[in-house]
Amino acid sequence: MILCVLVGAASAQVTFERLLNASKEPQNWLTYSGNYAGDRFSALDQVNTANVHSLVAKWVYQTAATGKFETTPLVVDGILYATGQDDRAFALDARTGRPIWMFQHPLPSDIRPCCGRVNRGLAILGGKVFLGTLDAHVIALDAKTGNIVWDVAAVDYKQGYSFTLAPLTVKNLVILGVSGGEYGIRGFIDAYDADTGQRKWRFYTVPGPGEPGHDTWEGDSWKIGGAPAWTTGVYDAPTNQLFWPTGNPSPSNRGEGRAGDNLYSNSLLALDADTGKLNWYFQFTKHDEHDWDATQVPIMIDSGGKHLIAQANRNGFFYVLDRATGKLLSANAYGRTTWSDNKDADGRPAANNQSSPTPEGRTVCPGALGATNWMSPSFDSRTGLFYVTAREQCDIFSTASQPYEVGHAYYGSAYFPSDKAEPYWGALRAIDPASAQVKWEFRHLSPTWSGVLSTAGGLLFTGDAEGNFIALDAASGKPLWHFQMGGAVYASPMAFAVDGKQYVAIAAGSSLYAFGLP
Amino acid sequence: MRSGNALRWAKLNYTVAMLVVFLASSTRAEDVRNPLSADPKAAKAGEFEFRINCAFCHGLGARGGGRGPDLTRAHKRHGDADADLFQNISQGIPGTVMPANGTNGQGVGMTDDEIWQIIAYLRSVQVKTPAKPAGNAARGKELFYGDANCSTCHMVEGKGGRLGPDLTAVGTARTVDALVESVRIPSKRLAWGLTESTKEFAQEYQTVTVVTAGGEEIKGVTLNDDQFSLQMMDTTEQIRLFEKDKLRSIQKTRESLMPIYNPTILSDKDLNDIIAYLLSVGMK
Repeated sequence: MILCVLVGAASAQVTFERLLNASKEPQNWLTYSGNYAGDRFSALDQVNTANVHSLVAKWVYQTAATGKFETTPLVVDGILYATGQDDRAFALDARTGRPIWMFQHPLPSDIRPCCGRVNRGLAILGGKVFLGTLDAHVIALDAKTGNIVWDVAAVDYKQGYSFTLAPLTVKNLVILGVSGGEYGIRGFIDAYDADTGQRKWRFYTVPGPGEPGHDTWEGDSWKIGGAPAWTTGVYDAPTNQLFWPTGNPSPSNRGEGRAGDNLYSNSLLALDADTGKLNWYFQFTKHDEHDWDATQVPIMIDSGGKHLIAQANRNGFFYVLDRATGKLLSANAYGRTTWSDNKDADGRPAANNQSSPTPEGRTVCPGALGATNWMSPSFDSRTGLFYVTAREQCDIFSTASQPYEVGHAYYGSAYFPSDKAEPYWGALRAIDPASAQVKWEFRHLSPTWSGVLSTAGGLLFTGDAEGNFIALDAASGKPLWHFQMGGAVYASPMAFAVDGKQYVAIAAGSSLYAFGLP
Repeated sequence: MRSGNALRWAKLNYTVAMLVVFLASSTRAEDVRNPLSADPKAAKAGEFEFRINCAFCHGLGARGGGRGPDLTRAHKRHGDADADLFQNISQGIPGTVMPANGTNGQGVGMTDDEIWQIIAYLRSVQVKTPAKPAGNAARGKELFYGDANCSTCHMVEGKGGRLGPDLTAVGTARTVDALVESVRIPSKRLAWGLTESTKEFAQEYQTVTVVTAGGEEIKGVTLNDDQFSLQMMDTTEQIRLFEKDKLRSIQKTRESLMPIYNPTILSDKDLNDIIAYLLSVGMK
């Protein structure tokens, strides 16, 4: 009987309509960030501030793979879908963690993943789940069986291209941005027909000759200008726009040879979802020389009749934009920054003359890994707070000339720990977007790569580098519960419910954990 | 792909991998030579790879960075042969903070060719005839276990105290400059303690003072801690385990428990002798 129910549930189609209204079915987690707004907020409240102290591990699923496990699972009607290291994908019974199917994409030996053989998750639409791979394939799998429905090569991976992000499905499109900013790629965002795998549009994040913005690159530097787009963007249905963040110009730590602003690196792009046409852009860091990708999930916030989009950027500033126009409304530091002490005419923090890397090296904060990174932030409209994982780490940036060679790492630099030997640390910070003030922080012993989930139970969930999964009071930041998972967290948590029981899940070490009430 | 096929594929992969391991192990390690050693461009390409992947710990020019050893030395504790270097770069060195290629988020995953380029680069910067340590190792050993009191807290080859880090391998793991600095200014860069392969930053030998619920004050060094628990060694070398919320107070400082050995306490000559001793042990 249960099996029949499950089979019936698994066959339910995830329509675009359901994705648009994801918040109305909080038992499911239908997109990477939980909904199109990107707020990673769960409306489930069964686990709450009053009972979270009794939370227990309900099941553990092990991929038995090494390397960073960065997935955010999807859950649809009792089935959990996720990816693992080395381009694994799997479907589990969300109540037990028992596998229904497993898939692994065979990877060539000469792939070019910059930062681990990682994958951050799937997208779902209709009866298919979608995966981007480290050899730059886009693959549709039958959600019931894990069988390949279609598999297309987006680009030649040998030139340094790969996919690590969870795609986003919008209407009948599978949208994803490429990784490879460490290899002198020319970045792009692609949209594929979910039924056929046919590419419907591509937006190059580095404009070609004759296109607006092309003149922000020196000579031929645009051809290897980087600007990857390796974090899942968000979608605004009323304006049919995607808001998609982009990464660093290449080479990441050497500006010589690519004079100019280097559009559209380190920017937020507003793209027409049907055509990929650029409506507006906002560049957070011009002519970046510190690898400060803007690849942090932006969150759409509607407040007081205003339609905003906010991002806690890797460069240490928290930006609020009007999402109709891309106009900057505020930019304030939420972590230690030494690279900017003035703002340009638009109110955008501008680099000072003490931040550019030198051959001998120069200490700059935040460090090369940023004041935050790809780990997801969260926004809870009830507390009105934007929660972000901050990393307090300064580095010494040095620069050196480096010839470009196709498919080879292309940094033009090295970076080192600050010789002040200050210990690195981290914090979960709660930012009031209206005032841009940090209302409270929960200090981590060392910088963590865990994102944040907020829930209607008045809770935040996050993980740490020492392997703890932690629940905090969303209003005050007080820790209420923790569990030692035995492996560092490189993932963002999510929540779901099956049979009326709430679970909170997170990847740590090489395992996926689900927690619930006893 | 059906799930069954996926599993079969994984098994096939495993079989192939084991075959490769078998074939690799059937070749004597010393027979493996850098295929790029005759390529004059390899060392230059390796220098770029080194900056990206290795310099964070081993320093610019491979001269050691306080975290990783000076790799310009001909003698390396974990092997000097091309095959040893290849193995250490691609697989990491168990029991140390040296990670396997492409696993730690620092730098990129390198191809085999790129690893060989790095080895070509290391050969190009290797000091051909290392300067003999200025000091007298035999006398250094006497000082270490005698008047300089090093062995009160430090162990070498199984003999000595446990409050400070074991120094058996430190002669190859750190530059001479780093050794001098850690004796003259112990708090400038605290030593690393426990390292977990999954942790980006190793625990340091921070000084910690706790007051228990019962009012007992205990001072020592941090062995390992996280948000909620603390493992420390007190000054009597007892390992103490605490849950932080059950303690009345915890105070951690970056002032090392190690006394400052300035030149009036330990002359430059004595220090040179002790370093010569540590180098001689480390080179074994």
